[in-house]
Amino acid sequence: MHNTMVKNERLALWRKNFSGFWSIYSQNRMGLIGLAILIFFTLMALFGPLLVSITTLSIDGVTKVLHPPTSGFWLGTDDLGKDILAGVIIGSRVSLLVGVAATAISMIIGTVVGIVSGFYGRTADALLMRITDVFLVIPWLPLMLVMAALLGPSLGNIIFVIGITSWAGTARIIRSQTLSIKERPYIERARAIGSGDSHLMFYHILPNVFPLIFANTVLVAAVAILSETTLSFLGMGDPTRITWGVMLHFAFSMGAVSHGAWWWLLPPGICVVLVVLSFTFIGYALDEVLNPKLRRRDQ
Amino acid sequence: MRGYLFRKFFHAAVTIFIVIVINFFLFRIMPGDPVRVLIRSPKISSEALERVREQFGLNESRLVQFWIYLRDLFTGDLGTSFNYRQPVIDIIIERVPATVLLVGTATVLSIVFGVLLGVILAWKRGTRLDIVGLSISLILYSMPTFWVAIIMVMIFAVYWQIFPLGGMGMPGVYYSSYWAELASKAHHLFLPAITFALILVGEYVLIMRSSLLEVMREDYMLTARAKGVSNRDLLRKHALPNAMLPVVTLIAINLGFIVGGAIQIETVFSWPGLGRLMYNSLTNRDYPVLQGLFLFVTIAVIGANFIADILYRYLDPRVKS
Repeated sequence: MHNTMVKNERLALWRKNFSGFWSIYSQNRMGLIGLAILIFFTLMALFGPLLVSITTLSIDGVTKVLHPPTSGFWLGTDDLGKDILAGVIIGSRVSLLVGVAATAISMIIGTVVGIVSGFYGRTADALLMRITDVFLVIPWLPLMLVMAALLGPSLGNIIFVIGITSWAGTARIIRSQTLSIKERPYIERARAIGSGDSHLMFYHILPNVFPLIFANTVLVAAVAILSETTLSFLGMGDPTRITWGVMLHFAFSMGAVSHGAWWWLLPPGICVVLVVLSFTFIGYALDEVLNPKLRRRDQ
Repeated sequence: MRGYLFRKFFHAAVTIFIVIVINFFLFRIMPGDPVRVLIRSPKISSEALERVREQFGLNESRLVQFWIYLRDLFTGDLGTSFNYRQPVIDIIIERVPATVLLVGTATVLSIVFGVLLGVILAWKRGTRLDIVGLSISLILYSMPTFWVAIIMVMIFAVYWQIFPLGGMGMPGVYYSSYWAELASKAHHLFLPAITFALILVGEYVLIMRSSLLEVMREDYMLTARAKGVSNRDLLRKHALPNAMLPVVTLIAINLGFIVGGAIQIETVFSWPGLGRLMYNSLTNRDYPVLQGLFLFVTIAVIGANFIADILYRYLDPRVKS
């Protein structure tokens, strides 16, 4: 009985918070455009591959090799006569999947390192921050390339490599927020009534750094998508799984550039740019919602 | 100042040591026997396998191996390339000038234009010009570097054919004079350098714009205006020196990003520098070169960060206290 009441109250609070959040967010044109683009590509990734699977099979290999866009192939064909449009749509699924999974890994590592480091301080903090600094200063692309090359080309490895190299910025931000939160009176009160360290970190600090995690996720996701594209382009991707990066890799290595096959090179790249841009736009909008100081900037 | 310098130097040294440790273990802990990778042939007798193991010190314990690795590092021995059959350090040194030329040109171009455009946008904030400039900076920032390079090649080298497809000069051509060779080099450098600068410029525009806007809100700017300082002097003598500081920080932060950009640009333009070497050793699985290159590049970035830290303190008297 008591529990359901608490639950209902919590639900009402969430609903109130969300509608407050949305009323500010929906004022932001950049944020809305970003959200619209992201929803479009998410739908494409979810349902697109179901629609095109039949058209990809109809390879017109004899006459329509490296053919510019025509009525049958709206975005032309590649060197094997495969439909570029179908490739772009199928590629959206794995591209976004890699981005989402890598972002999740990165956010989990960054949050855990940040909270633990800020909460315990002293030796743990010094040690973890030293490691974080190393990851911040090592040039990210060579590190990812070396790791990907050593692990071998597979989807899981790409996700792992991107996730493990991109958490340092998040850890730093979460740590500084944790440092300020743990000094607040309610933490002391919770400790006084017997809360342990892990309870404090999970139930009292994590919810308070959550807005930061949320805003940072968007930016890390943009980096993750770009990283996947770049790694795949440089030949570290799984050649059996089509992503936008893998498409660009094959286009480049098969000489699409000197052939002037713009229809092969432009569509996958434009998709990447749009997705990254949508995350950047949403990030800007979130920044304004979560940071009231910025709300009326430049006016 | 000396204490600060010492602390920074100590931090940089520790970071480099950690990188060396990572570099050593990364190439050994990864799945697969290093000997198998080394010889790259499944058909080999066990005696030969043992000999290779001994030759590379792989029969020793991990700790002894690490000690041997450290000793070799300090004597400049980074191993021998699988592919070129040359010492790795020689291969790397040989390719440094090309990369420095490309990266240097691009960085200077992007800072000059970035600061200039940032100032213009800040001065015209809220106007249509500002919005267009901001959007272009954001879009450029969202593009994969290699993709921008590909598009530039398609437009200027394939479609219009006013610049070469790539490389640093015509292979096998002897030039009539030093100037002819220099002109050819400049002609080859132009497109990759402009492309690289285009990718880097967006961030400088954004940081210069926001930093200048912040400085212009300061009280001392109002005081200067009240004293009757002209708009031109207000910008040049009062606002810019302070607004330039974040740009210096950005150069240091950007170094890792610049290295990543160099790998992609050099790959697309076949520019014979370190980035292209990295791509080639990746595709050939030339592990000694890869390992040496990774260490070389990382230490260069850490060193440059260290220098930027000191430079920043010198430029901004406020952090000296």
